[in-house]
Amino acid sequence: MKFDWRYNRDFFAGLFYIVLGAVGMWIARDYPFGSALRMGPGYFPTVLGGMMVAFGVAVMMMGVKNNEKIKPHWSFRALIVLPLATVVFGYLMEEAGFIPAMLALIPLSALAGREFKVVEVSLLTIGLTVLSVFMFIKGLGLPYPLIKGLWGY
Amino acid sequence: MELFNNLVFGFTVALTLQNLWYCFIGVFLGTLIGVLPGIGPLATIAMLLPITFNVPPVAALIMLAGIYYGAQYGGSTTAILVNLPGETAAVVTCIDGYQMARQGRAGPALAIAAIGSFFAGTVCTLIIALFGPPLAEVALKFGAPEYFSLMLMGLVAAAVLAGDNITKALAMVVMGLLLGIVGTDVNSGMARYSFGVPELTDGIGFIVIAVGVFAVGEIIANLGDPEERKVFTNKLSGLMPTMHDLKVSMGPIARGTGIGAFLGVLPGTGPAIASFSSYMLEKKLAKDPSRFGKGAIEGVAGPESANNADAQCKFIPTLTLGIPASAVMALMLGALTIQGIAPGPQVMTQKPDLFWGLVASMWIGNAMLVILNLPLVGLWVMLLKVPYRLLFPAIMAFSCIGIYSVNNSPFELYLTAIFGIIGFIWMKLEMPPAPMLLGFVLGPLMEENLRRALLISRGDPTVFFTRPISLGFMIATALIVVVMVLPAVKARRAAITDPAAPR
Repeated sequence: MKFDWRYNRDFFAGLFYIVLGAVGMWIARDYPFGSALRMGPGYFPTVLGGMMVAFGVAVMMMGVKNNEKIKPHWSFRALIVLPLATVVFGYLMEEAGFIPAMLALIPLSALAGREFKVVEVSLLTIGLTVLSVFMFIKGLGLPYPLIKGLWGY
Repeated sequence: MELFNNLVFGFTVALTLQNLWYCFIGVFLGTLIGVLPGIGPLATIAMLLPITFNVPPVAALIMLAGIYYGAQYGGSTTAILVNLPGETAAVVTCIDGYQMARQGRAGPALAIAAIGSFFAGTVCTLIIALFGPPLAEVALKFGAPEYFSLMLMGLVAAAVLAGDNITKALAMVVMGLLLGIVGTDVNSGMARYSFGVPELTDGIGFIVIAVGVFAVGEIIANLGDPEERKVFTNKLSGLMPTMHDLKVSMGPIARGTGIGAFLGVLPGTGPAIASFSSYMLEKKLAKDPSRFGKGAIEGVAGPESANNADAQCKFIPTLTLGIPASAVMALMLGALTIQGIAPGPQVMTQKPDLFWGLVASMWIGNAMLVILNLPLVGLWVMLLKVPYRLLFPAIMAFSCIGIYSVNNSPFELYLTAIFGIIGFIWMKLEMPPAPMLLGFVLGPLMEENLRRALLISRGDPTVFFTRPISLGFMIATALIVVVMVLPAVKARRAAITDPAAPR
């Protein structure tokens, strides 16, 4: 079979390792290397980075040989929405309090799914928020304000 | 007699009303979350970690252990009823358990899994009580070279046994070690790979990676999967196994426990290996191997006992050596550290209530699992009928609260988002994340011990081969690699781990 890099699973896996290992070694240049007797902070990372690159090359060769394809079916929407929901939750916890953070996180996460029913998601959001307030804030005594004052106040 | 006294002491600790209550809460919540499809024990513990923060150390550890068994048993329930393994160990349970469920025998399958787990739990409690103390004594003699070689063996074992591609798994271990370096270097005080971000000088949180990859990343992958799952519960009548079921299961349970206990003591090997080995053994020993894959109760009894035995015996290296023997154990040690206890061989002598209380509570926790789960199967079935579109926002909510509660820092959530994306990429490129996690945990310990060992030996690397215990670990490491790349073993392993094999 002829080598084809598109959707080639192990080619990209190998690339991932090589890039990460190389970046790791590049950054570690700034750390004193030392010697085997007295290892500096740069010794271990440089060796590991080199190993990563070597493994990466081996995995890439496998990809060239096997031409194994990445399995299809993936939700681009979930890939964007769920990390975004996580970030929004963190931001709101800090700026607005527990309840606003939950009220944003749950419907936003639900948007990642294939179907979004407004009534169902609203009920889920309210139910989970009430449950969490009682479980985590009242029950376990986690010290988070339920609602902070308006932004900037 | 000392063993007896120790166990009695343990039970007096574990049987206080407070500790019993925490054990119950742990087992119950662990099962509750563990039943949710796609959530393995690791994500469950990470998610539930905040509820242990305000609890005294002994109770916290007892509760975490309860969560662990609960989550594992919950995973088996899901495997049997929905054919959806929450983690690799449950894949084996799916094979015959789901077939039994389709034949209307989900009840006996669930019951035999509980009984087998309980038996394995009882035996392993005794093993820990017997071998824990002498092992801790040996461990006190370990120096830096021994620790380094032992960890190397654990990491290589984890990589070699993790999936079907050893090269990728080893690369993941190295990636974990590299990620573990992020933060301030203990020796020089230099911040490495922190990119000028103050939060990163403390290193990346273990829970951030675990939840990012195993909860967020997993959900992203699940949402792209067009497959529908079907719960086979309409015919959940007779819960109790028949006398015949019990009779044929006795052997598999005993053998599964043996396999699991043996593999459990080795750091690095996951419960999946114990399950797979037990399943293969039972299939080989069976008079009619063709029944396997079509609802043979032995195919549930053996692997379920094996994975529980393995899970429990993992506490031996973890508690006696202070080396996390699996990713889940790393979380346990993390919880110990949060409670202000330094893990290591000295825990047993300095904190006997913690060690023996935990050992006794393991048995109590296993008993609770049986008592709790047989009547509550109905509840779990109800939970499984909740559609995924409602479940995953709830999982997201609990994960996010869990992450935030560790350091009360939004930065951890931003990192979690990044690891969610990375975790998804790993899953798509079939780069196994479990060995990475173990590497990540052991990374700082390994570097520390490597430096110390070479400092003692004046830079001479033969130190790892001239000290007998260290040499033993090195030889074992080499053997693991050699055995696993032998063509015959390779072919058999491929047959076991092949996802196309009948489930």
